[in-house]
Amino acid sequence: MTFSVKTKLLNALRYLVLGLVALIMLYPLLWMIAGIWRPNDEIFTSAGLMPQNPVDGFENIRNGWMVQGRSLLFYFGNTLRFLIPRVVGQVVSCVLTAYAITRFEFKGKKIVFALVLATLLMPEVIFRIPLFQMYSGDNPFGINLLGTFMPLWLENAFATGSFFVYMLVQFMRGIPRDLDEAAKIDGCNSFQTLTLILLPVMKPAVITVGLLTFMWGMNDFIGPLIYIRQPEMRVLQQALRVGSEAGDGGVIWGQIFAMSVMALIPAILLFFVAQRYFMDGIASTGSKE
Amino acid sequence: MSTQVKKKRAKFQWSDAYLYLIPWLIGILVFRLYPFIEAFRISLFNQRIGRPTEFVGLGNFTEILFGDSMHGNLFRHSLNVTFRYVFLTVPLVLIFALFIAFILNFKIKGIGFFRTAFYIPSILGGSVSVALLWRAVWGNRGLINSFIVIIVNGLNFLPFVNIYAPEGWVPVGWMVQGGTALVVMAILRAWQFGSAMLIFLSALQNVPATLYEAASIDGAKKWRQFFTITVPIITPTILFNGIQLLTAAFQEFNAAYLVPAQPGGPNNATLLLNIFIYQRAFEQNNFGIAAAASWIMFIIVMIIATIVQTTSSKWVHYND
Repeated sequence: MTFSVKTKLLNALRYLVLGLVALIMLYPLLWMIAGIWRPNDEIFTSAGLMPQNPVDGFENIRNGWMVQGRSLLFYFGNTLRFLIPRVVGQVVSCVLTAYAITRFEFKGKKIVFALVLATLLMPEVIFRIPLFQMYSGDNPFGINLLGTFMPLWLENAFATGSFFVYMLVQFMRGIPRDLDEAAKIDGCNSFQTLTLILLPVMKPAVITVGLLTFMWGMNDFIGPLIYIRQPEMRVLQQALRVGSEAGDGGVIWGQIFAMSVMALIPAILLFFVAQRYFMDGIASTGSKE
Repeated sequence: MSTQVKKKRAKFQWSDAYLYLIPWLIGILVFRLYPFIEAFRISLFNQRIGRPTEFVGLGNFTEILFGDSMHGNLFRHSLNVTFRYVFLTVPLVLIFALFIAFILNFKIKGIGFFRTAFYIPSILGGSVSVALLWRAVWGNRGLINSFIVIIVNGLNFLPFVNIYAPEGWVPVGWMVQGGTALVVMAILRAWQFGSAMLIFLSALQNVPATLYEAASIDGAKKWRQFFTITVPIITPTILFNGIQLLTAAFQEFNAAYLVPAQPGGPNNATLLLNIFIYQRAFEQNNFGIAAAASWIMFIIVMIIATIVQTTSSKWVHYND
């Protein structure tokens, strides 16, 4: 076999493997979309994508849109009510922390960074019960936060997202010190140096932190499961679970698929709009620096 | 993890540093250190509804670790399930992610499309939508079993083969049998290999090309190059991904809570530790047992992370 033929064959093999894996990855999602136009018995016998005895998919979409008399948009609104403060709090507090760690000499700096790394590995579950008791009124102020969205975002405003502090520290270490030295000479104070000089340079990293917090928070299930009990406060993920439970007429899977697909749309849209930040951000966390 | 900055340069002496650290300081004290200690205090007490809270010392720990009680048996079962899940999931994702990253690293045309296609499941993975989809895909008459039926019937195209799938045949009761249910959970996690893959890909792209050139003059085959050159160089990334996946797998909740018809089902076959703890704490109000279990989980994760980190000096290659 000549060299070029072998190369071509190898290349074809690579595309075959990649294409096959991509198909396996995406096929279930396509099958779910096709299922919106299928009756139950067809969903559970056919592996193809074309509906054989199509039902009115738009009726499934209309029915799937409403869960217990409220629309998915309403539940998504509830999700945003804890997600927006979480994103803002996370970004601001993590940037400040990373700034202090990378740009200042102070006593205890090594300890601070060691604690950031240590909490990175700690399982969240160990904090869960005391935090629940704290939020339900067992705190020095006797404030009960159950019935609000605050338990779902409060801690994020205090740089507890160690993963993101670490990510920003890595990024800021790569920004030349000359920049802030010049700023200092020009008379900037440290806060101006951060906001006017460093933040514009850090924009990609900051956007990545915000986007990942948003994306992961949108799928947060255990948080709302513990803290959100009132039907009118249910977030999107909870509504999906409620909507998937059988009504009097049994489960209509076409409708569940319609609901599920609609609930995925915000995440997919956001991903395609900001794809670069997700990909680059994720890739950068693994650098061994 | 960090390399020393070679060039020592005077940093700013602004005492403002402490000001910027105030949020973090509150966070570590109020939302991390306090709950950490408080969880241990709670674990020393027995809370039962309608009875006063009593101090039991390490009683909760001994009960779940060694006791022949409902909590004890279930906890040890749950520990077993969690370990099997973790040691199934982590190698599966690591190998798969590295393999795909390896192929993508061959100057593939359309790399953007593949990266996107492989990353989408990671974006959607933990959502209830995907959990519901997974329930349908692995159901008795789900997508996977439908495929198996098609393949079995398709075999009839071969000469001398005459088997047809009987009407209503269930090839594998994926979510009905305990053994396969946990495998289905692991596959759901493997489906979300995108993040690990991107991290590997970026590490592979940073491997100096000169190393390969030197090797190809020696006539080393591609796959040998992979094991003798590439893998040693990216061991820090393997370590990073491994620890990330390990701690995430120990804490998995959504999949095992949402995919089976019953959380942790069937018959507690997917009762991961996080679900055990959630059910003790928030369904049975047994905070003492739950806190003890979460402390044990913490200790296990720390022990494993320490073992991995300390042995890493033997197999992780840092080039500085």
